[in-house]
Amino acid sequence: MSLTRQDVEKVALLARLKFNEDGLDKMTDHMVQIIQYVDKLSELDTEDVQPMAHALDIYNALAEDEPRPSLSREDALKNAPKRDEECFRVPAVLGE
Amino acid sequence: MSEFSYEIVIGLEVHVQLKTKTKLFCRCRTEFGNPPNTQTCPVCLGMPGSLPVMNKKAYFLSMRTALALNCGIPKFTKWDRKNYFYPDLPKGYQTSQFDLPMSEEGYLDIKSTKDEFEPRRVRIIRAHLEEDAGKSMHDEAAGKGDSRIDLNRTGTPLLEIVSYPDMRSAAEAKAYMQELRLLLTYLDVSDCNMQEGSLRCDANVNLHITTDDGVIATPIVEIKNMNSFRSVERGIEYEAKRQYDVWQETGKVLGELPKQTRGWDDSAQVTRSQREKEESADYRYFPCPDLVPVIVTDQQIEEVRQEIGELPSALRERLQNEFGLTVYTADVIVNQGLSLVEYYLELAAAAGDNKLAGNWVQGEVLRILNDQEIEIEDFPIDAGRLAELLKLVQAGDLDSSKAKDVFAAMLTSDSSAADVIKELGIEKVDEGALEALCQVLVERNQRIVDDVKSGNEKAVGALIGQAKKENPNVNPGQVRQICLEIINNL
Ligand SMILES: [Zn+2]
Repeated sequence: MSLTRQDVEKVALLARLKFNEDGLDKMTDHMVQIIQYVDKLSELDTEDVQPMAHALDIYNALAEDEPRPSLSREDALKNAPKRDEECFRVPAVLGE
Repeated sequence: MSEFSYEIVIGLEVHVQLKTKTKLFCRCRTEFGNPPNTQTCPVCLGMPGSLPVMNKKAYFLSMRTALALNCGIPKFTKWDRKNYFYPDLPKGYQTSQFDLPMSEEGYLDIKSTKDEFEPRRVRIIRAHLEEDAGKSMHDEAAGKGDSRIDLNRTGTPLLEIVSYPDMRSAAEAKAYMQELRLLLTYLDVSDCNMQEGSLRCDANVNLHITTDDGVIATPIVEIKNMNSFRSVERGIEYEAKRQYDVWQETGKVLGELPKQTRGWDDSAQVTRSQREKEESADYRYFPCPDLVPVIVTDQQIEEVRQEIGELPSALRERLQNEFGLTVYTADVIVNQGLSLVEYYLELAAAAGDNKLAGNWVQGEVLRILNDQEIEIEDFPIDAGRLAELLKLVQAGDLDSSKAKDVFAAMLTSDSSAADVIKELGIEKVDEGALEALCQVLVERNQRIVDDVKSGNEKAVGALIGQAKKENPNVNPGQVRQICLEIINNL
């Protein structure tokens, strides 16, 4: 499986990443290498192996429905690039 | 242009906020209406290094609901990341379920109380457990500038119930929502408050139009923001007409346009096109590595099934078949919720008359609940006290208009029916005295006797009037019966 420059452009857009022409070429090279590396896995014979939904052999990690303290609002808003007394502030959300 | 007939095809996606104390993946509270950003933690803020842990109660409430919707419960289920960027989604993905949902393939039966449509079984594709997003508010005061984000709701457990496109009118869609809401309240899994957003509905709508060249389908539109039963109905009705007009104008059919999202504007009563999120279809789902799958046993599923009490459809049938109530009365009582059903059952048992109890609950009791805008829990006459009144009615000691007077007095006092009757000066007329009175009246009114004898039973009504003048406490039904007996034996 290979990857085109257009694929990388699309993934970059979905991930909200911006590249110049040079960066896009470099990123395409890198990603093609990564894909090829992972492709090595398909050389393995997995005929008799059950597909896994998860890497760990653990199930049913469930917690009781008992409240624990939340962060203070000050702490919650501490890392926000922009905020007011109560809320995070972000560029206008349209279409609501 | 000529008019063609069409069928509306509707599928609903309903989001139900589950009644848990804490969020789906962290132990922040889920309370509605608290000050912004006071119910968050590193997990629901999406901080790096934090780890989600599934809320056990949310999972089992979901299973209870899915079983009540006749869904199958797969033994194995897992959670996936649905990736998109939106300011109210701090992690950059919503934790949802993609290919292995916790339940699938069920149904909900709906019928119209007003005969608007034929009874229908609406099939359910799946119900899966996911997390809610936060809330964004556009700050008008600050100009065009910013939106404000409150993350209190982020991570609240939601059950998304997806139906097949089985509904064929706005009335059916509304009935489906109402029946689903009723079921959810019987199951006690959600507050189901549409205004507060704990029950939300999106509709996928298109038309099948019968043209001269066969049936065509219009492009599918998803309608959002329908926050009441009425807006579900109106939104779909509006959208059907709009799609028909657009089709007549453009001739575009399914497949020629991408799926469109439109929001219902309740004040303007129209749907409006919503700006699409970029590449919204490309969510790049993948299994969430932070959450481990859930595996359930047959025994656990059976235990949850046992928790489910009697549901609305079964109760309606029981009230009709075992209690002899009319379809209408059974519907009215069951549709009011489990508490009123329990009140009715207690009343019927104590009064020993199922139909009389049904009529009183459906009539007088509900009238008071509606007038005073109270719930049955706050109704001033408990079932035992009302049963005493009904027994007197049944024994013929009180006619229905006097019984209503007594009922009205009981609403504002704690007295028993018998005490109220004494206070109001209502006395039971002695049977002997009543018969004597009737005898006198019959003898005094030869013309009425002749009328009745010649087949006009209604004429006896004049005697009831006279009897009431003589003694206001007489029971009109009894007077009628006794007078008729005397006349017929003449
Ligand atoms: Zn939290």
